[in-house]
Order: sequence, then C-alpha cells, then structure tokens
Amino acid sequence: MARKGYVEIDTEGCKGCNLCVLHCPTDVLELKTSDTNSYGLHYAVMVNEEACNGCMNCSLVCPDAAITVYRQAS
Amino acid sequence: MTAREGYKVVAKRPSTLLDKRMHYCPGCFHSTVHKLMMELVEEMEIQDKIVGVCPVGCSVFAYEYMNIDMQEAAHGRAAAVATGVKRMLPDKLVFSYQGDGDLAAIGTAETIHACNRGENFTFIFINNGIYGMTGGQMAPTTLEGQRTSTSPYGRDVAKVGYPLRMAEMVANFEGVAYSQRVTCTNPAETRRCKRAIKKAFEMQMKGLGTTFIEVASNCPSGWKCTPEESVTWIEDKMLPYFPLGVFKDVTKKEKKAEA
Ligand SMILES: Cc1ncc(C[n+]2csc(CCOP(=O)(O)OP(=O)(O)O)c2C)c(N)n1
Ligand code: SF4
Ligand code: SF4
Ligand code: SF4
Repeated sequence: MARKGYVEIDTEGCKGCNLCVLHCPTDVLELKTSDTNSYGLHYAVMVNEEACNGCMNCSLVCPDAAITVYRQAS
Repeated sequence: MTAREGYKVVAKRPSTLLDKRMHYCPGCFHSTVHKLMMELVEEMEIQDKIVGVCPVGCSVFAYEYMNIDMQEAAHGRAAAVATGVKRMLPDKLVFSYQGDGDLAAIGTAETIHACNRGENFTFIFINNGIYGMTGGQMAPTTLEGQRTSTSPYGRDVAKVGYPLRMAEMVANFEGVAYSQRVTCTNPAETRRCKRAIKKAFEMQMKGLGTTFIEVASNCPSGWKCTPEESVTWIEDKMLPYFPLGVFKDVTKKEKKAEA
C-alpha cells in the first residue's frame, strides 16, 4: 500500500504562488480562491487529502517555507 | 504543530530561517534559495560558522531572514567585502549573495578579480535576467529580444551586446574551484540546487578556491507574468542560452589524475 501523508499550510505565510499546486504529483492541493489571508492573498489548501503520499515536492518548491509535510511512520 | 497519531514530520520550515514574512513577491526564487540555504545551515550545523554578505537589489534585506551573521555591502561590492571577511576570519564559511545587476553589471570587476585571485568563498548568484528591485530594467544577463522597461522593443544585441554567461566565464579562472548553474523550476532541480550549494560549501571548507553557484532564477513581477509562467519562461527561454550544469570542478580533475 502506498505511504500516506498530509500537509499543513501556514495560510498567513502562503503567498498563493501556486507552485506547490503545480508540482504536487497527486493533485492534493489547490488555491482557495474563495478566501484570502490578511495580506489579501489566496492561499493553498488540501482538497484531496486521501491522495497525499508525503513526497515533499510541495514543501521543496514552496518559496516561503509555508508547508509542513507529515508522513505515516512505517 | 504536533503530528497526528502514527505520523511524523518529514519536512518543515528550517529553524534558521527567521519567523518573518519575506518581502519577496509571490513565487520569487530569492525566497526559495534563502530557504534552501537555511536548510543547509541547519543540517550542516554551521549556524555559528557561516557569514553572508548581502548585495543591493531585491535581496538587500537577506539578513532580515537568514538567522546567521551577515554584512551588507555597497552595490556590486559584495565580492570585495566577502574577500575581506574571509581573509580576516579564514575559519568562517563565507558567501556572497548577489543578483545579476549587482554581480554582473556594477560589480563585474569585483567578481572577476575575486575569482581570479581564487578567494576562498562561495558566490550565490541569482540570475533573473533583470534588475528586479528598481523596476525591471535590462541587465547584462537579459536575453536577446527580451522586453524590459529599458528595452521595450526587446534587447538588441547589435546595440548592447550579448547576455553574459557568468558561470561559464568564471570557470576559466585558475582561482575558481567550482562553478555550476542550477535552477528551482521543479522539485528535482530544487534538490539539485541545494546539493550544489552544499558541495560549494564543502569545497570552501577544504580551502580549494572560489566556488560559484549561479541560479537561473525568476522575477515574476519584473517579467510581468505569474510564477507558473515564469517557470515556463526559464525552461523555454533561459535554459537554452544559460544551460544547467557543472562548468568546473577541480575535485573531478584530482580524481582523474589519481586514476
Ligand atoms: C551605486 C548604486 N547604483 C545604482 C543603484 C540602484 N539599484 C538598486 S538595485 C539595482 C539592481 C538590482 O538588480 P539585481 O542585482 O539583478 O537584483 P534583483 O533586484 O533582480 O534581485 C540598482 C541598479 C544603487 N542602489 N546604488
Ligand atoms: S507531500 Fe507530495 S503528495 Fe502530499 S501534498 Fe505535498 S506534493 Fe502533494
Ligand atoms: S508554494 Fe507555498 S507560497 Fe506558494 S501557494 Fe503553495 S504554500 Fe503558498
Ligand atoms: S521584483 Fe522580482 S526579484 Fe524582486 S522580489 Fe519581486 S519577483 Fe523577486
């Protein structure tokens, strides 16, 4: 069975650049365009948590180090 | 933040990156490179050993974010300041962090002579092909035909010359031990970028000479595009002219000589 993971995104630290969304291989993330943080920017959220495998691609490309990745301890 | 039952943290913001919002535009690789460098400082446990020199340019406030000792330099003079710091404190790991306007325009002489002298510090060169801070003017690294605020019809090489390939150029200097061009356009390249900086730091620790890491970087604001489009621009337009790769590695030569 594939590893399971999930991420936590610091919505205030996120600048809505969309790079994590672009590089997530399993389409877990999306920009929440219906809301903004206190800086007036859209932020990324998990929309498909089940598919997250904890690969860390999103945290690696996040310029603002806004993503914490968790993975199932084997 | 505590992990859910049965899960562990595998990636998080490095403790060496101060808990401040960086002023960079969304998607700017200045932020990415700051983050990668601070991850390395944490992983290599060199926080009290490393000293950085900041440029003038968008990254003028890098010292506000990197939780290490740093010194600001006048525009273009980071290589001269880094030379001084390294010579006075040879046991420290020293780097200059510079944009293309800083390193390859106003500071060309300092860059070239520091490389030629083989000053034992690391250049982190953020090449975004433009003067980001001042409003997107043409830089020596602006591509042929690229529109900027001072080349509204595109860079005309017949008038202003060709974009400078710094990583290739400095590789020719005897004093340079390592020169590589990397980028952060995807997870694999971002990992490679971090490895390159690590390698440069390790070579500096061995006293091998100047180490030079050029990052083919972006400027979504100056290029007037989204961060996603800036990634495509790097891949399609920049990398054919500024190819990724290692242009010099003296440790390879040694290995070959041994074999
Ligand atoms: C002596 C001097 N000349 C000119 C300037 C104006 N100036 C500030 S930043 C800059 C260029 C910055 O471009 P770059 O080094 O490419 O960095 P970026 O902002 O793109 O990261 C210039 C020309 C200055 N501050 N000092
Ligand atoms: S850890 Fe990997 S799978 Fe999970 S959200 Fe990030 S990029 Fe997607
Ligand atoms: S990469 Fe980081 S800053 Fe950009 S949208 Fe994702 S979480 Fe936000
Ligand atoms: S102006 Fe360009 S280089 Fe400067 S922070 Fe914005 S995107 Fe980055």
